[in-house]
Amino acid sequence: MMKSRLATPLLCTSLLLLLIAGLWRMDASPERIFNGITKLGWLVALMWPPSAGGVLLELLMSLMESLAMAFLGTLLAVLVALPLALLGAGNIIGNALLRFSVRRIYDGLRGIDTLIWALIFVAAVGMGPFAGILALAVPDIGTLAKLFSEALESADRRQVEAVRAAGASRMLAVRLGLIPQVAPVMLSQILYNFESNARSSTVLGIVGAGGIGLALSDRIRINNWDEVAFIILLILAMVATIDWASRRLRLKIIRAS
Amino acid sequence: MGALLLTLATALSAWLGEVSIARLWQGLPLAGDYIAGTIPRLRLEHFFADIAYWMWGVTDWILLLADTLLIAYVGTVLGGLLALLFSFPAAATLAPAWVVSLTRRALEVMRTVPTLVLALIFVYAFGLGAFAGMLAIAVHSAGALGKLFAEEHENASLAQMEAVRAAGGSWPAQMRFGIFPQSLPGVLSYGLLRFEINVREASVLGIVGAGGIGEELYLAVRQFEYQHISAILVLILVTVAVIDLLCGRLRRRVLGSTS
Repeated sequence: MMKSRLATPLLCTSLLLLLIAGLWRMDASPERIFNGITKLGWLVALMWPPSAGGVLLELLMSLMESLAMAFLGTLLAVLVALPLALLGAGNIIGNALLRFSVRRIYDGLRGIDTLIWALIFVAAVGMGPFAGILALAVPDIGTLAKLFSEALESADRRQVEAVRAAGASRMLAVRLGLIPQVAPVMLSQILYNFESNARSSTVLGIVGAGGIGLALSDRIRINNWDEVAFIILLILAMVATIDWASRRLRLKIIRAS
Repeated sequence: MGALLLTLATALSAWLGEVSIARLWQGLPLAGDYIAGTIPRLRLEHFFADIAYWMWGVTDWILLLADTLLIAYVGTVLGGLLALLFSFPAAATLAPAWVVSLTRRALEVMRTVPTLVLALIFVYAFGLGAFAGMLAIAVHSAGALGKLFAEEHENASLAQMEAVRAAGGSWPAQMRFGIFPQSLPGVLSYGLLRFEINVREASVLGIVGAGGIGEELYLAVRQFEYQHISAILVLILVTVAVIDLLCGRLRRRVLGSTS
């Protein structure tokens, strides 16, 4: 009793101290904050009214390029993740060691942020949307393979056995007995990843991996804040549209199954 | 019909994304070579010397990782506090409809602007360094957490709030003593989850000059220090894994304490 009564204030105090130490380490002096907020207010004033800077069509094309990268990145991730997921699912592959190592690979792919992958792929295959597509696909391979193999493991065994009993091979049993059961779950996960990729794809241009991010970071560098505001609004509109469409599709999939 | 749409979308995207099969074929081995080049050479006969060579800048990197964690921590706490402030007027059961929809729109904008874009703007306003990155994370977290916290508040029973009101409590007092104690476990759990996400986000902020390990990684990539790339990535992966593990445990304890 005594211990728990002391523990909470002690924890709160140390967390608060850590917060203060953190702010101190970041040089969060009142002067800096004041100057920054003044400058921020000035930026916001410069942002109004948002303007396309006469290159509306070009900006829309870059936005579409971002969206295309998100789509192809997700597609590529699905194509690679499907076979990997079969290797990682306990009810398909009996070998525990293989399963364990495959799952650690998923964790490694997922643990590194898309933007870091973008840095690496830009250095490896050159600037442009192609590097962005690969950068979006790689961490998604990890996420999707993990989610797919978990979905496969929770599927009903009896349908697989029924297909096997009808004389089908193991591969065919997976194809006809297992995949149809988990397809709705997988589809909604894919859509969810697509949404998240549509968001990520808008910043990849900052490191040269294609899409609208390049235009945005350029405008910030040359202080065209009205165009920055316009591009941010474009991104917000695209993300809202994709979220809305994808949510509707997911509801449809859930209702159909 | 579905297959046709998918093919059309793929073709259109491939055209927009300037993808060609030939380029993919050329690019994939290049990417493979690059990644293979980052793998350190570890020989059994001088294993420790090789490790020491690979982890050449480990003391600097660990300090930068600590900074990264600090950015994530301060950003999550400040963002969480802001989210808490916004979450009560964003809960449909607790505030008038126009206040709810106004607050929710504000939260939506905060979480839809990508963290990296916020970081770029804050670096411009507050100068290079961790402070700008922390602010970017705080604003994005406030938007994301505000919505989740509001949903927690909506699930809380109103009876306790009525009791505080009957005793003469003002609206803030009703929230503080009637609603907040009920939603606290959910709030803490979401906060911990956000911290995990923020550690990942903080690891890339350095790319735009907003502090943390990202800057060193960006440098390594640009200067083709192949082995440093893999060393820093391994350190980031280990940090992320440890944080996930610790937060997962804490979350289970927080949620377990109510049931």
